Amino acid sequence: MSDATTLALTIVIPLIGAVLIGLTGRSPNLREGVTLGTASLLFLDVLWLFGQFQEGAEPAVVLREVMPGLALALRIEPLGMMFGLIASGLWIVNSLYSIGYMRGNREGHQTRYYMCFAIAILSAMGIAFAANMFTLFIFYEMLTVSTYPLVIHKETEEARRSGRTYLGLLLGTSIGLQMVAIIWTWIATGTLDFTKGGILAGRIDEVVVPALLGLYMFGIGKAALMPFHRWLPAAMVAPTPVSALLHAVAVVKAGVFTVMKVVVYIFGIDFLAATGASRWLVWVAAFTLLAASIIAMTKDNLKARLAYSTVSQLSYVILGAALATSLGVIGGSMQIAMHAMGKITLFFCAGAIYTATHKTEISDMDGLGRVMPFTYGAFLIGALSVIGLPPMGGSWSKWYLMLGAADAGQLVMIGVLMVSSLLNVAYLLPVVGRGFLAPAAGSPGARDPVPRAVGAAAAPGLVTGIREAPALCVVPPLITAAGCVALFFYADSLYRLLEPITRP
Amino acid sequence: MGFDDVLGLFNYWAIIFLMMTGFYVVVSRGNLVKKIVGLNIFQTSVFLLYICIGTVAGGTAPILTGQPEVYSNPLPHVLILTAIVVGIATTALGLALVVRINYAYGSIEEDQIQKADEAAEFEED
Amino acid sequence: MISHHLPILQVIVPLLAAPLSVFLRRAALAWYLTFLVSIATFLVSIALLERVMTGGVISYALGDWAAPYGIEYRVDAVNAFVLLIISGISTVVLPYARTSVASEIDAGSQSLFYTCYLLCLTGLLGMVVTGDAFNAFVFLEISSLSTYVLVAMGAKRDRRALTAAYSYLVMGTIGATFFVIGVGLLYMMTGTLNMADLASRIQPIESNRTVLVAFAFIVTGLGLKLALFPLHLWLPNAYAFAPSAVTVFLAATATKAAVYLLIRFLFTIFGTGYDILGLTLAYLLMPLAILAMFAASTVAIFQVDIKRMLAYSSIAQIGYMILGFSFATVTGLAASLIHLFNHALMKGALFMVLGAVALRKGTASIDSMRGLGRQMPWTMAAFVAGGLSLIGVPLTVGFVSKWYLVAASLESGMWPIAVLIVASSLLAVVYVWRVVEAAYLSDAPDGRRVEEAPPSLLVPTYLLVAANVYFGIDAGLTTRVATRAAGILMGAGE
Repeated sequence: MSDATTLALTIVIPLIGAVLIGLTGRSPNLREGVTLGTASLLFLDVLWLFGQFQEGAEPAVVLREVMPGLALALRIEPLGMMFGLIASGLWIVNSLYSIGYMRGNREGHQTRYYMCFAIAILSAMGIAFAANMFTLFIFYEMLTVSTYPLVIHKETEEARRSGRTYLGLLLGTSIGLQMVAIIWTWIATGTLDFTKGGILAGRIDEVVVPALLGLYMFGIGKAALMPFHRWLPAAMVAPTPVSALLHAVAVVKAGVFTVMKVVVYIFGIDFLAATGASRWLVWVAAFTLLAASIIAMTKDNLKARLAYSTVSQLSYVILGAALATSLGVIGGSMQIAMHAMGKITLFFCAGAIYTATHKTEISDMDGLGRVMPFTYGAFLIGALSVIGLPPMGGSWSKWYLMLGAADAGQLVMIGVLMVSSLLNVAYLLPVVGRGFLAPAAGSPGARDPVPRAVGAAAAPGLVTGIREAPALCVVPPLITAAGCVALFFYADSLYRLLEPITRP
Repeated sequence: MGFDDVLGLFNYWAIIFLMMTGFYVVVSRGNLVKKIVGLNIFQTSVFLLYICIGTVAGGTAPILTGQPEVYSNPLPHVLILTAIVVGIATTALGLALVVRINYAYGSIEEDQIQKADEAAEFEED
Repeated sequence: MISHHLPILQVIVPLLAAPLSVFLRRAALAWYLTFLVSIATFLVSIALLERVMTGGVISYALGDWAAPYGIEYRVDAVNAFVLLIISGISTVVLPYARTSVASEIDAGSQSLFYTCYLLCLTGLLGMVVTGDAFNAFVFLEISSLSTYVLVAMGAKRDRRALTAAYSYLVMGTIGATFFVIGVGLLYMMTGTLNMADLASRIQPIESNRTVLVAFAFIVTGLGLKLALFPLHLWLPNAYAFAPSAVTVFLAATATKAAVYLLIRFLFTIFGTGYDILGLTLAYLLMPLAILAMFAASTVAIFQVDIKRMLAYSSIAQIGYMILGFSFATVTGLAASLIHLFNHALMKGALFMVLGAVALRKGTASIDSMRGLGRQMPWTMAAFVAGGLSLIGVPLTVGFVSKWYLVAASLESGMWPIAVLIVASSLLAVVYVWRVVEAAYLSDAPDGRRVEEAPPSLLVPTYLLVAANVYFGIDAGLTTRVATRAAGILMGAGE
């Protein structure tokens, strides 16, 4: 099987999977089997491509020419390879978790759920392996449309409203800003192919480069750059596996991945550095970073806190890209992988807690850690990764980001990153701390003698009635937590994979 | 404007007058039949416009007699016949519609019809 | 032998079939005749397009009377494209119409319906294929008169169809009369009615006031016919109260033919060298187009009747078409022509869905849409597909149009216009999503459960949806023809 076919299969496999899921909707076990089978096949396919890529091959395929000069084409390069591996790998884990969660909570519309998941992963693959900005945009929009039914899954009034925010913000930014930027690029340069060193140098007036960059950055709404971040907390109304997918695997990562691709392959790191066009972006990203962390500290709803944490963490990547230095870009790219692993762990744990206890507010979760040690253990590891402490993977990305900031002469950013780490501690560790150390809600000596009842029968002795979440909800976070640790030790391989994008 | 401009171009003044009158009637009158009357006057002015173009100074009727002669232009007349037919069809259709509207609403006054529609909409809600 | 006469066959076949249909009392026979004729016209238009793309311009003299004395039918890439749209849509609509018309019109009148349909088809095709200005007027009126009748036939369902048809008649006649005044004035100044001849004869007398007045009358007259804002007042009522199949057909073809005629007059006859044209495009048509895009989209958001909503949406989409050619560049003209094609597909599919809903539920208001996502899943899925196309999501035909429009405005350096184009697209998200939310996220009002639409309605709908997606993924044909056509139109201005 040729490289080109294998590459095209990354799109075809999830597509066939989606159709089969639709057909097997009546028999849930068969349907779940199809999902897992498709996910595994896809991961194997991507692994095979990775093997080829390591040996120096550059698989590429042109699927269709849509308009004259604009083709749907795929090509492997380091960033895309990394994202493809993350997305396909984590899909398997997420599918396992979904099965546990959806059955544990007896959710409805499961066939629609799994089908949309498959199409969302298809879109993620398309984004990862896009050879030009046109293809990327097409799959980017497909991702928005396919994740909408996932966000409004519960079909409540709140879901409807959040769905409107989600769709409105994402379509608004992509059609209103990103599409204009893409067409502008196309008219100015005549091409949209991702090329090392960028395609804009010499073809565009240097005065307008910051404006074009702004159109792209704010147009990539999935990267949640403020003020277009509101869709992320709004999307929390979705079931937790969807949040895990959105906030770790597909949607937000697609956003910051697109940011990276645009910076490295459309603008070019050196071009940006020379024109200084991204200096404003450094400050906007830093602002988002800090502001989101501060907002996260004020949120009592666990998923809301994690959502704002994600907004903050995404800006790490944007910051890395904006610094326009090799180390900054590598740091940002690594952050994509590290944060994916860390955040998905945290969300899995949040979902496990909900499945086992129906609790959503952190203040109700006192003492749960003692009853759900595996869940909270995984949470701790994920939190440490996000905070950026060794031996978790997140420490490497933070390290490289700080080096990149130093390289760019932006020493203030080093301070920003350090303050951010402290803020991360402030909003993540208390969850673990209260889980393990605080007395249980309702028991004497608890912080709140009158337990706040949120979706649970609040009575003393509550803790004794709770056990760990179902296995399929606990094993995935343990896997991804192990992944956080593993990434610490494999960071070197990741560095070597990414390094070629910075060479001219 | 001299004597020539007014009396010499008398036909064109008539055309403009008819055109504006017809148009005004269409716009200002609420009775559906009167609107069609206005439309007809409007279209008639156009017929006049075309026919006026056809005359050639010193020309005679465009009938071939074998001798070289200066003929008036027959083409505008042909065009106008077509336009007259279109006008007739439009008038006929318009009047047929008015008959049906009268049957359905009991009136051919625009404001009464509008009131009837609004009342019906109220009932639906 | 036949291939030589293709241009006239395009018009003669439906024209002769029309009176034939009067004599066929049984509706089924009338339908068969109409459908066969429509297929014939579609095949002819494909043949014409193919010949024009490989060869050059086809020039056909009626009755062998040579132009410019005789009437000439002149087919180039521009009108071959529009012919394809009209005949193609007609062929897809007819299977749909069989069921839809049977439920909305009295059995006795159905053969008369098909007669008028054939006349309308004749008129539209003739308007597009002809190379003579007055001939265009004749066919314009043939199509208009039959359209008035077709709209009025919706009176069985709602008597407001009669008043809608009447208003349409009055406004349409004024428009056509303005057009014929303009043509008359041009004839007065140049002595010819042949379009190609007019083009060469107008050039030396461009600064003449009569020519200017003729230009004004023609633009206004055609503006009324194509529902250019603010001359659009007839459209919402006509589309809302006409029989469903008629709305599908009209929305997809009638205004398109008028847009074509306007483009033909502006660019071929007057030509881009005419400085008044440039002023008109930039200061009159472009602002009106933008106003149409915003005002109509905004009004659409507040409509209760979904047919009206889509009617206002059509007015906005016509604004896009006018905006495209108001740039007076090849990309801009190509964008207009591409959108002509794409909008026919989009609106055709959407109105077909509404017709199916009307069949099952009686009306197509937002209330009747509630919960329909579960009861009529295939129908509503088609609506979602058409809606996404209207918004301009990639892999649909609407995206290709938007791309070219934005590209044209950025190319001309008018980036504020590009911003306006995308902003108005986002308004489309609002009104489309209203319907989607009602269908999928609302509970059905208590009452009878409705069945899915019958296959005779679903198959044509999905044909158009499939076309939407196909031409969105592979826009090669449409873009090639449109760019070629745009080149011809711009080149003619020299």
